[in-house]
Amino acid sequence: MTKTFLKLTAASVALCAGLSAANAETLRWARAGDSLTLDPHAQNEGPTHTLAHQMYEPLLQRDMEAQIIPALATSWEPTEDPTVWEFKLREGVKFHGGEDFTADDVVFSFKRAMMPTSAMKELLNSIKDVRKVDDYTVHFETDGPNPLLPNNMTNLFIMDSGWATDNGCEAPQDIANGGDNPCVRAVNGTGAFVLESRKQDSETILKQNPNYWGKGEFPLEVTEIIYTPIQEGATRVSALLSGEVDLIQDVPVQDLPIVERTDGLKLNTAAQNRTIFFGMNQGADDLASDTVDGKNPLADNRVREAMNIALNRDAIKKIVMRDQSAPTGVIMPPFVNGWTEALDGYPEYDVAKAKALMEEAGYGDGFGLTLNCPNDRYVNDEGICQAAVGMLGQIGVKVNLDAKPKAQHFPLIQNKETDFYMLGWGVPTFDSEYIFNFLTHTTTDKLGSWNATGYSNPDLDAKIKSLASETDQEVRNATIAEIWDTVKSENLYLPIHNQVLNWGMADKINFAVQPEDQPHFKFLTFN
Amino acid sequence: MLAFIIRRLGQALLVLMAVGFVSFAMFKFMGDPVESMLGQEATAADRAELEERLGLNDPIIVQYVRYFQRAMSGDFGVSYRVGLPVGEVILERLPATLELAFLSGVIAISLGFMLGVYTAIRRDGYVANFIMTASLIGVSLPTFLIGVFLIWLFAVNLGWLPSFGRGDTRSLFGVDLAILTVDGLKSMILPAITLGLYQMTLIMRLVRSEMLEVLRTDYIRFARARGLSQKTVNFGHAMKNTMVPVITVTGLQFGSIVAFAIITESVFQWPGVGLLFINAVNFVDIPVMSAYLLLVAVIFVTINLIVDLLYFTIDPRLSVGNN
Repeated sequence: MTKTFLKLTAASVALCAGLSAANAETLRWARAGDSLTLDPHAQNEGPTHTLAHQMYEPLLQRDMEAQIIPALATSWEPTEDPTVWEFKLREGVKFHGGEDFTADDVVFSFKRAMMPTSAMKELLNSIKDVRKVDDYTVHFETDGPNPLLPNNMTNLFIMDSGWATDNGCEAPQDIANGGDNPCVRAVNGTGAFVLESRKQDSETILKQNPNYWGKGEFPLEVTEIIYTPIQEGATRVSALLSGEVDLIQDVPVQDLPIVERTDGLKLNTAAQNRTIFFGMNQGADDLASDTVDGKNPLADNRVREAMNIALNRDAIKKIVMRDQSAPTGVIMPPFVNGWTEALDGYPEYDVAKAKALMEEAGYGDGFGLTLNCPNDRYVNDEGICQAAVGMLGQIGVKVNLDAKPKAQHFPLIQNKETDFYMLGWGVPTFDSEYIFNFLTHTTTDKLGSWNATGYSNPDLDAKIKSLASETDQEVRNATIAEIWDTVKSENLYLPIHNQVLNWGMADKINFAVQPEDQPHFKFLTFN
Repeated sequence: MLAFIIRRLGQALLVLMAVGFVSFAMFKFMGDPVESMLGQEATAADRAELEERLGLNDPIIVQYVRYFQRAMSGDFGVSYRVGLPVGEVILERLPATLELAFLSGVIAISLGFMLGVYTAIRRDGYVANFIMTASLIGVSLPTFLIGVFLIWLFAVNLGWLPSFGRGDTRSLFGVDLAILTVDGLKSMILPAITLGLYQMTLIMRLVRSEMLEVLRTDYIRFARARGLSQKTVNFGHAMKNTMVPVITVTGLQFGSIVAFAIITESVFQWPGVGLLFINAVNFVDIPVMSAYLLLVAVIFVTINLIVDLLYFTIDPRLSVGNN
């Protein structure tokens, strides 16, 4: 009797094991860079957030089309007092360790992310206080009304307060002071996948969370994720071609045709949330690197206009980018609030017209200056700069190209030590205000930190400031349109193009490219 | 002998301090770590505050002394990039680099030696000439190209070997090694060949020319005249005397295999210290870069010491002179 029972049990266990093995789908995923840390508030960086999203969850997140959808919050809206937002939390959610998810965890996580050692604090600096109302209701009080509060929360992950406290990571790790904590190596989130093992720069294995609240809401067809960073483009593509991985991000532009041609593979493409452009130091009285004495040619809008006309964006797209870019006339991608087709339009390439403008501005003989360009940050960044050097040369602007790794390039912009530079900008909040705050506002302690153009317009600054607390969407959007009109007519920046994202994958995978380059694997399905 | 070793250890410490200082001085030109550590939303105030906390505003010499004092007690700081203690990160990665270097060293030395002896003995043969010509490719092609070519051939087209990573590892005395598993060994073949190819051709050419030199000397002629067999002359007498310079070069080459595995490791995504270093450079991760350069200096100093000691055992004339 017992023996038969044992045999039966063994048989059914074997059967179950067989069945689940048949249903189990492992996804082998590779991209260029690894996540920097598992501590969800210690770094504010794309690949780090992407990995965290599989295991931790924010209150609300962006889906594969970059639309905001509920995650750990089910609803959110301002209360009668416009400076207080009420978030209703999802009930019955458990952390990977089995702990219940409640308002305490939300309060804890936000307070943690606002601490001095957190890299996320700047996104939350409008928040004055986070309060628990009851177990599933939280109030956020802001400094003045903040219509964009939810947009800043899509990468703000919720940890379990008890677990974090027990493990001694109440605060994000303090790298500067040799601080170390277990949350850098371990994860306890509410997300669809549980951390199985991790080797930095080598291999991270995640398993599907059997208690995930979203079962039935999301496809959840991936049962295991094996994530391997492969930083050399050629090797990454080879791994896809040889079938060692199923999905790669960051396909090098020159390898796109190979991936497309190969049987059993496909290439998915989408516009990325990143615009590439040139900035010009138009605020200085004299430039350090130019050949004109005592004057700043870039201060003359006719010169900037001429340079804008002289850039042959279609040629850059075709030759340098191999068609993998969307030329633009404004420094924001189409899905950002404030974008219009008119703004997106760019002037026709016309050397004669540009030369005439140069002549009119008194620079008929041209001038020389230095262009600072990164060579390891954006898609074909140095190639774009080289092309621009040739194009500007045709109207007499003799550009001396200085291409450097990003670690040396970005400090030039931050310290305002450049006259002419390339920069790329993504808009995580999907709203123009973010761009204005960093790139258009006069440089102050808090705003304009990436504006190395020296441009300062008090009228524009006032308008930008007003956006932060304007709750009437129509008024706000009208102001945004006004600001863009000024930015465009003054040729504050020379927009080049919006980058295009390419993900190469096996045929069996159905997965659209996410504009933030963040795959959320709970949405992935197989054929 | 003991005095010799102590003297060498004293020199080693000086070398380490010098390497540490030069690398520290270089970091001023590497870019700004604060830039990589803070997100794009950081304000100027945040940057200033982090610079202050990291001590980047102090004079280089102050930073260096502080660093060296801590390093002497085994504390290399925390990596700016991955937020883990540098000592821990390096110790975790070092076995991967060492086993790769070991395998490629074995390949380079054994093949290089055999081919070198062969091409010296059959110096005018077709095969020997072919080997000599082919070896030029190994010397002149960049490592990156060789690696990508091997991946293209053996991973993509033939599908025999993996194109990246370390495969399965097995733990031996708490150290994870890939060399102990079949999967791991398969993963090692391509990177080990890529890394060892240059060394192999170098050793081969060196062995060949040394051997040719020795074969021309009088004692070889006398040995032949005494009617010793060709085999005894070649392998018993000639080969032994080609060893001394070959050991020097081989020893130093092993050092450079470990130190300059950077390109091979990044082509094959081999998770060793070379890959760690190149990532550290991209991120301006000063604690990791400093510790890595010190480590490389330690390796070179140690190898030099071993090579010197080997001289004593191989060439009796040296020890006579020393006494």
